[in-house]
Amino acid sequence: MKRRIYFDHAATTPISPKVLEELGREAGLIGNPSSLHFFGRQVREQVESAREEIAAALGAKASEVIFTGSGTEANNTAIKGLFWKRAPRKVIVSTSIEHHAVLDPIHWLVQHEGALHRNLQVDRRGCPNFRQLKEIVDQEGDEIALISLIHTNNELGTVIDLERISSIIGGIPLHLDAVQSLGKVNFNFQASGAISAAISAHKVGGPLGVGALLLRHGIDVTPLLHGGGQERDIRSGTLNAPGILAFALAIKEMKENFNSQVEKVKGLRARMIAIINEKVPDASFNGTGDAPGILNVTFPGTDNEASLLLFDSAGIAASTGSACSQGVAETSHVLLGIGLSESEARSTLRFSLNHRNDMDEVEYFGEVLTNVIAKARAAFAAGSRS
Amino acid sequence: MKLIAAMSGGVDSAVAAARAHEEGHEVIGVHLALSKNPQKYRSGARGCCTVEDSHDARRAADRIGIPFYIWDMSDEFHQGVVEDFLSEYQSGRTPNPCLRCNEKIKFAAVLDRARAMGFDGVVTGHYAQIRDASIDGLSFRAMYRAIDPAKDQSYVLAVLNGEQLNGAFFPLGDTTKEKIREEAKRRNLAVAAKPDSHDICFVPSGDNAGWLRERLGSETGAIIDESGEKLGEHRGAYTYTVGQRRGLGITKPREDGAPRYVLRIEPISNTVVVGERDSLAITEIIGERVIWCGPAPKAAMSGADSGSARGLVQVRAHGKAIGCSYTMVGGSDRDEDRDVNGKKIRITCDEPIYGLAPGQGAVLYDGDRVVGSSTVLETR
Repeated sequence: MKRRIYFDHAATTPISPKVLEELGREAGLIGNPSSLHFFGRQVREQVESAREEIAAALGAKASEVIFTGSGTEANNTAIKGLFWKRAPRKVIVSTSIEHHAVLDPIHWLVQHEGALHRNLQVDRRGCPNFRQLKEIVDQEGDEIALISLIHTNNELGTVIDLERISSIIGGIPLHLDAVQSLGKVNFNFQASGAISAAISAHKVGGPLGVGALLLRHGIDVTPLLHGGGQERDIRSGTLNAPGILAFALAIKEMKENFNSQVEKVKGLRARMIAIINEKVPDASFNGTGDAPGILNVTFPGTDNEASLLLFDSAGIAASTGSACSQGVAETSHVLLGIGLSESEARSTLRFSLNHRNDMDEVEYFGEVLTNVIAKARAAFAAGSRS
Repeated sequence: MKLIAAMSGGVDSAVAAARAHEEGHEVIGVHLALSKNPQKYRSGARGCCTVEDSHDARRAADRIGIPFYIWDMSDEFHQGVVEDFLSEYQSGRTPNPCLRCNEKIKFAAVLDRARAMGFDGVVTGHYAQIRDASIDGLSFRAMYRAIDPAKDQSYVLAVLNGEQLNGAFFPLGDTTKEKIREEAKRRNLAVAAKPDSHDICFVPSGDNAGWLRERLGSETGAIIDESGEKLGEHRGAYTYTVGQRRGLGITKPREDGAPRYVLRIEPISNTVVVGERDSLAITEIIGERVIWCGPAPKAAMSGADSGSARGLVQVRAHGKAIGCSYTMVGGSDRDEDRDVNGKKIRITCDEPIYGLAPGQGAVLYDGDRVVGSSTVLETR
């Protein structure tokens, strides 16, 4: 049996065994949490407890947690909802290294709703240009509908400096895409200064198909989904009770073990970097390492189409970090956004670790690395010749 | 062995990958993205170049249980196949892009890359057979026609040299298309009933003339007969093919009512020359870019134009193979790497061939074995 190692935790994390057990148990519950009878009440009690637990763990009030079907839905709800609610303001500020779940709704608003997009520049590490942010705020402050920023970058692991940002933007609504933050870095909604934040269960050992929008108390946004009005009239649809309960348990587990898990991942990361430096001395690392689990590496003279296949063939799951659009893998807009050249970006892979990885797996990575990169370089050279 | 299976999203390449996997090889499915902006859905009966096709290929790979990747070969394809196609038409020739794609993409760019990554070869769903052969005591991997004559694709594969054939695997050549569809169904492959692809994959509409006109312009020119008399006007000489009879746009019919055919295209004067069918007959082909699919036949190589080998020549994908003698002749002023010592080949046919255009492939067979190919330079 071939050895399989999962270094793609930024894509999705394996569900924790306890969470899986909880999910199975809750899936057998009868009752729609909106129903008034005994069955409904029973489920509702649990859902509301879950909401309180999630809120407490993330520095939010229970009423600030709006459950959604995914992180993408949470981002769309915040961005479109705030934009519409704050009409006639037209300006949306974001960086070019946002996730597609943020970039695409903004582009949609530009194309269909007359939004004006201001692109906030980032430096080579993925940190926003504060001077430019201040200029935009000074010049267009009253016109800005919202500022949307990725809190922990999914490809780079860079975390933005919220204190600096809050001090610049004043009362302008800030939405955070915090999907990658849970379990990787400290995230406290109250302290973030943001008006809203998107999170997702499956990035933190929870089930797929559950996300949440943390939305400041008293702020209304125009809903995307109309119907039963289950979530503060901002999100309609029968609540995914088993998923929500499992989400709460996953966050609880994460909180309890956060420090030890982060320390473990830091150790794995340090060893992995040492191995790469030793075996591929001309490799370079992108991002700040704020989220230690995300290791973004450029292997010069390769292309990631080939290296990804070769790592997979050797049993190691990595990612190009890029979206697969129209069948052809796009060059990562994030890497281009921080100033990598097209060829640098195409020779870059993302390894994302979490506490379920171990040193043995990292050592195995070291055993196959030289061979994989040698073959990837040969393939790249063959491509350049033809 | 470790093999890359090129999967177009069609039924043939899916079954080919499944067969290779079943034989115990380590197979990785690869879909070649040949355009940066492929169409989303298939239009008509095509099958290889849309997003839907790449999904079909992925679904088949998942069903077979092999890894699947998409390789972006759009730059290589554009340069090696599409540009070549355009420039050949611009020079008044009639290229075969499938030949070019096999020569430059599937069994060059893809095979080179696969080999560099530690793979032994490329599996495709082409209908041809590869068997060991021995000639004059020399053993080699030889290519033969498929057993299904209606599907035989050895013609478009005759651009592979011995080195490329060593890395080429065609698991379908021993089976008829009908049986392949049945097998796909048995294997639960969703593409079992998917229509075959026809035409040229990068001309989604199937309107070759329109596609060329869009890119090469539609400068009008004269249609003349062999005596030089002007019979009509055309909108782009390259939209005509030698041997073409219908849709010539001639306003003046012949007195005897006999049909006229395109005899040749003269790109410099932008003229299309038409005439009677007999004028299309040729018995001698001078070919360039000679490629031997294995050892070069000694009899044709004896030099000084003295020797000649016997065989069959075929000039269209499903055309008739005609008895012929062939020999290497002269040097060449064109320094094509793949020519044998820069030489050309002269093929003398036992009976006339009608409507052969420069640019077409002339493929030589010894019985069912593919001996080699060349690109038609001129005819007599």
